[in-house]
Amino acid sequence: MVERSPVLTLVCHLILIGGIVLVCMPLYFAFIAGSLTMQEVQQVPMPWLPGGHFVENLATAWNRVNFGRLLINSFIVATGITVGKVAISLLSAFAITYFRFRFRLLAFWLIFMSLMLPVEVRIVPTYESVANAALPIQWLVDALDIAGLWEWITGHRVEIALEWNMLNTYQGLILPLIASASATFLFRQFFLTVPEELLEAARLDGASAMRFFWTILLPLSRSNMIALSIILFLYGWNQYLWPLLFTTDKDMATAVIGVKHLIPRSDTEPAWNVAMSGALLAMLPPVLVVLVMQRWFVRGLVDSSK
Amino acid sequence: MVARTHEPGLKQAHFRTAGLPTLLLLPQLLILLFFFFIPSVRALMQAFLLADPFGATVHFVWLDNFKALFRSESYRNSVWVTIWFTLAQNVLTIVVALVLAFATDRVVRFQAAYKGIILLPYAIAPVIAGVIWAFLFNPSVGPIAFFLKSLGVAWDPNRNGWDAMLLVVLAASWKHICYDYIFLVAGLLAVPKSLMEAAAVDGAGPVKRFFQIALPLLGPTLFFLTTMNFVYGFFETFAIIDAVTHGGPAGATNILVYKVYQDGFVNLDLGSSAAQSVLLMTFALLLTLLQFKYVERKVNYSI
Repeated sequence: MVERSPVLTLVCHLILIGGIVLVCMPLYFAFIAGSLTMQEVQQVPMPWLPGGHFVENLATAWNRVNFGRLLINSFIVATGITVGKVAISLLSAFAITYFRFRFRLLAFWLIFMSLMLPVEVRIVPTYESVANAALPIQWLVDALDIAGLWEWITGHRVEIALEWNMLNTYQGLILPLIASASATFLFRQFFLTVPEELLEAARLDGASAMRFFWTILLPLSRSNMIALSIILFLYGWNQYLWPLLFTTDKDMATAVIGVKHLIPRSDTEPAWNVAMSGALLAMLPPVLVVLVMQRWFVRGLVDSSK
Repeated sequence: MVARTHEPGLKQAHFRTAGLPTLLLLPQLLILLFFFFIPSVRALMQAFLLADPFGATVHFVWLDNFKALFRSESYRNSVWVTIWFTLAQNVLTIVVALVLAFATDRVVRFQAAYKGIILLPYAIAPVIAGVIWAFLFNPSVGPIAFFLKSLGVAWDPNRNGWDAMLLVVLAASWKHICYDYIFLVAGLLAVPKSLMEAAAVDGAGPVKRFFQIALPLLGPTLFFLTTMNFVYGFFETFAIIDAVTHGGPAGATNILVYKVYQDGFVNLDLGSSAAQSVLLMTFALLLTLLQFKYVERKVNYSI
């Protein structure tokens, strides 16, 4: 602070309190609505103080969309995205910064290109890839006329129909979302700052490439990994479009999809109290993660998007 | 073996093994192949094809899908809606985030607590933010809608396009202010204290210093945030639209990414949906290139 100016400081506090009200007001109303009965939530004006039915509404929401199962699904998907992306990114970043091999440039550019397109713009073809991931191999089989070749060799006619359906599976939810290289570039940037002498010293001690990776590079990357993991967990937990498309089976949906199914429509009863308690339930895990891991979260956010 | 040679993007001390790096890269490249490159190429191909919904007959139609798009009233409407939506969201988010960041930079007490709470919406899924705002402004039960009506405002986002637009802009901004805020707080922290002190000695007050020193220095950050806000508005607000308005009423909030989904999965017009995907991809590509050109200069991505 360069000079004292109590008036400006007071104004700043007021501005920040205004910001907090802005953030909390919708959450407060959601909580109030979640604690009322359906009759109370419909009366205008709505009460300003919480009622006594929060647990009851939570139980209704829990049973109506099978929240227990959905929360587990969300945990599996978010964790899968986090672990999968961190793992493949560490390995590929290690390969392109620490190895000299013929296809290094090509590999680098293939990975780099994937930074540029958000997955949301390829909705229909990505859906097809998940519905049948074997489709490209099928084309290859058809194009090379392998069935014809087989018939020519053996005299038997066989139909080759490959199918690998990933709809309603965890891998179908996880794999398309880790297909981008942002994390690879984060680790690459970090690896480039690691002192050269470390590898040379490790070599003198007779360590192999993988041993260097496990015992030196990974421990050094720990704080980057934690910060990135938090961001990826939030990203995975809060995904909406892909679970909506890839899960037709209600038991394979995620928690945020469950909340969508609780929204009252014009032809159903206006159960906003249940919808709001469900919304609070589905947002609780990521909010807790941010509150508890605040310092790491900010680092991960700034690191991963710059 | 370890070698020491100069090659950009490669550590000076490195290995020259041949098989291992391929193995290390394989998982990433396979996933990229199946879920990035093949879908992208297929989107490109489909954009030039005309297929009936069940894929029984397929014709190569060159640019017809694109021509049909530019002729289509609903696509042009969608373009305008997207532009207004992202611009409004961008301005609102950046202005509020700037004011909050300025205030955060000035206060000493409670700073951590303020930051912690203002960051919270980042953890909330867009669809959940959408559900909550849809409730607040629901014309029959929402508390804010009630407040507006008591002021004499005829509020009804289910019928009035402008009301619906305002609602999704508010919900999208509420969710995203925290993002801009983090970067601006970090940016203000990086402004050299000596510069501020020198200006103060010259008699510039805190507000004047903010506008004449801090803001110009924040230029790159603001540019970065603007492009990120565009990416957010164009692509990540799908869930908010789906939860709050379904693109309605009468297409008033039917942003481009929502239209891709609707035409592809609801109307089963794959060619048109793919052509729209390709246009969106081009736009995303331009934004990314722009960002690399102007913001990432300091970071060396070349190899």
